[in-house]
Amino acid sequence: MAVTAPHLAVDPIACQAHGLCAELLPGVVTLDEWGYPILPAGPVPPALRAAARRAVNACPVLALRLATD
Amino acid sequence: MAVVTALWYFARGTGVVSLLLLTGTMLLGLLGPLRVSSDGWPRFVLGGLHRNLSLLVVAFLGIHVASSVVDTYAGIGWLDAVVPFGSVYRPVWLGLGAVAFDLLLALVVTSLLRRRIGHRPWRVLHWLAYACWPVAVVHAWGTGTDAGHGWVFLLTLVCVAAVAVAVAVRAVLGPRRRARAERPDPVGTTANRPVAYPRGVAGRRGAAS
Repeated sequence: MAVTAPHLAVDPIACQAHGLCAELLPGVVTLDEWGYPILPAGPVPPALRAAARRAVNACPVLALRLATD
Repeated sequence: MAVVTALWYFARGTGVVSLLLLTGTMLLGLLGPLRVSSDGWPRFVLGGLHRNLSLLVVAFLGIHVASSVVDTYAGIGWLDAVVPFGSVYRPVWLGLGAVAFDLLLALVVTSLLRRRIGHRPWRVLHWLAYACWPVAVVHAWGTGTDAGHGWVFLLTLVCVAAVAVAVAVRAVLGPRRRARAERPDPVGTTANRPVAYPRGVAGRRGAAS
């Protein structure tokens, strides 16, 4: 039974384009022209897990999450 | 005698510092949704500072309460720190301090459990900050040994003025900022556009957790 590695996901309704995720994950999360995040697909590389968790916790509206589904 | 005097000074000093830190927390919290940032002052710094300052307030208030209680001169009990208006010594002024302390604890605990509580209920609860800070100021002004005169009085005035200005700015600019962030179709396509993880990037270090 394999445990699915977490990937970054954003709730597009909740997201208010604060942009902290792009600040905390530079080069990983980019912002579109309205300031909404464009997330990389696939599991978060182990080296970036801690930074991803920080970004998830820093989201002012809790729109960013680490999903395992 | 010297120890008792030291405790009283300790209570006064930590009280003043707590008020300053709480005002700082309040100001950072008010500015957060205004989306102020620069290259040297990214958004997450504001959020992290807001959070860490609030924890520092709790630490200083712990010392403020402890030194007030351990100092037997005024006869303040441990319960008086959290149960308002029951103290023998200045029940109203001290009670307001207890109210502010309880509110602050509620604010901190609900924020630490934000993910469990959910964003909307947390946000509603966080409006309690608008009650916590004024009550703390009135407590300080009412019973603070140093509050009525000199530089502490001036400092209190500066705190009140700063928060008043920040509240006004937030009230005027806050809704406008939010409107600008809205895009025509919130259920975006770009948010789900698959892009690959770039090679060899590491997240920012020392960021707010």
